Amino acid sequence: MTSAREVVVTGLGATTPLGGDVASTWEAALAGVSGAHTLDNDWAEKYGLPVTFAATIKVDPAEVLSRPETKRMDPSAQYAVVAAREAWADAGTPEVPGERLGAVVSSGIGGIQTILDSWDTMRERGARRMLPMTVPMLMPNSPSAYVSLEFGARAGTHALVSACASGAEAVGYAVEMIRTGRADVVVAGGTEASIHPMPLGGFAASRTLSLRNDEPERASRPYDVDRDGFVLGEGAAVLVLESAEHAAARGARVYAKISGVGLSSDAYHITSPDPEGTGQVAAMRAALEDAGVTPADVVHVNAHATSTKVGDLTETASIRKLFGSDADHVQLSATKSMTGHLLGGAGAIESLFAVKAVAERLAPPTINVDNPDPELQVPLVRDEPAKLPGGDIAAINNSFGFGGHNVALLIQNA
Amino acid sequence: MANTDQEILTGLAEIVAEETGLDTADVLLEKSFTDDLDIDSLSMMTIVTHAEDKFGVRIPDEEVKNLATVGDAVSFIKSAQA
Repeated sequence: MTSAREVVVTGLGATTPLGGDVASTWEAALAGVSGAHTLDNDWAEKYGLPVTFAATIKVDPAEVLSRPETKRMDPSAQYAVVAAREAWADAGTPEVPGERLGAVVSSGIGGIQTILDSWDTMRERGARRMLPMTVPMLMPNSPSAYVSLEFGARAGTHALVSACASGAEAVGYAVEMIRTGRADVVVAGGTEASIHPMPLGGFAASRTLSLRNDEPERASRPYDVDRDGFVLGEGAAVLVLESAEHAAARGARVYAKISGVGLSSDAYHITSPDPEGTGQVAAMRAALEDAGVTPADVVHVNAHATSTKVGDLTETASIRKLFGSDADHVQLSATKSMTGHLLGGAGAIESLFAVKAVAERLAPPTINVDNPDPELQVPLVRDEPAKLPGGDIAAINNSFGFGGHNVALLIQNA
Repeated sequence: MANTDQEILTGLAEIVAEETGLDTADVLLEKSFTDDLDIDSLSMMTIVTHAEDKFGVRIPDEEVKNLATVGDAVSFIKSAQA
């Protein structure tokens, strides 16, 4: 069963702690490389910051953007534009009227570096020294707006905010824009650029960050018994989504189709997932039903798994609850073990990874799992990529966010 | 601390180049900010903010609309420094 307007993925772009584009990011992910490292700054001494590492972007956007672009855009928008240009070129620069083209690019936090830098400027030197671009740079819809300007997208430009689920929610919204006939092509994804002492301090205060300062590349270890929190990452991923008819009419290369979007909310706690996993199960079930597939068809899940004590296991318990014995043939990958947690970019890069996994029949590994948690209830892809079966297959990307947001996207081979 | 006309032009050209991506050699006295250099109002205010910093002057908002050309800006900064 397929929806009235089938939605396919025709272009991919990314800039991440693993690489400045999709090819290098994917290659590093398959090789099990960590993007985390010790930060070269004095934040620990200066501010008493308990964490000294993060997964910073591999390629500085200044290497690929013009000088005025880097001055007019917050880094969150810069990353989005870099990823969007790659995705658009990868899709073969589709010819589509602006009225039929949408842009949906989310950020979980927005232009936080601009906000903080501008406040510093104002406090130290007064309001008159603030730059006129301050507001358009700090607004959380700025990445989406710049992507819309880039390609002339006039069917709607959106920036859905749901913390760490934002990137996946953007992709899901883009799918709906195409299904409902509002657009034929949508450039969709997520971005984040929040490696700054204040957000790091905030996450540390909430006791959600790993403090494994002596081994940064080993710190993000979802499902390992010694996991102690997530590793802050940054970057962006963008997908070009297109109605199947539109893609076929122009002879576009199709990576995969996104045939199910499942959304729910926990209404349980502002940060903790519902331990019963009710909302997570509901989101995955909705995605399956939307696509008209059953758990028996699902061979791969890209887990949200951030490497926190509670969150990782709640998700696998939810998968087991919904899938029953069909969870035995799921290859579970936790790619945050390599990328770190891209927050608003996470749901986008992990959707991209799930698309690549389905297209190449290869599930990326989970690194640093020396001792799998005995309560892990789904087979985990460890250290080496795992082959996915031939024939018709389905994969799920799960993304959950502070606030109780649950997004499950169902991806099938083209 | 007063600058020469040439120093002001060179400094202003660097600011304009940073903001617009134009070559500093294209920022000549007779060029119009809007018609020749394609600078919108937001960019113009950014250039003004940087120029105030660089040359230690105050360029009031109501004065900015009178700065049609690069030469106008150089003259204003020169007189403001005097």
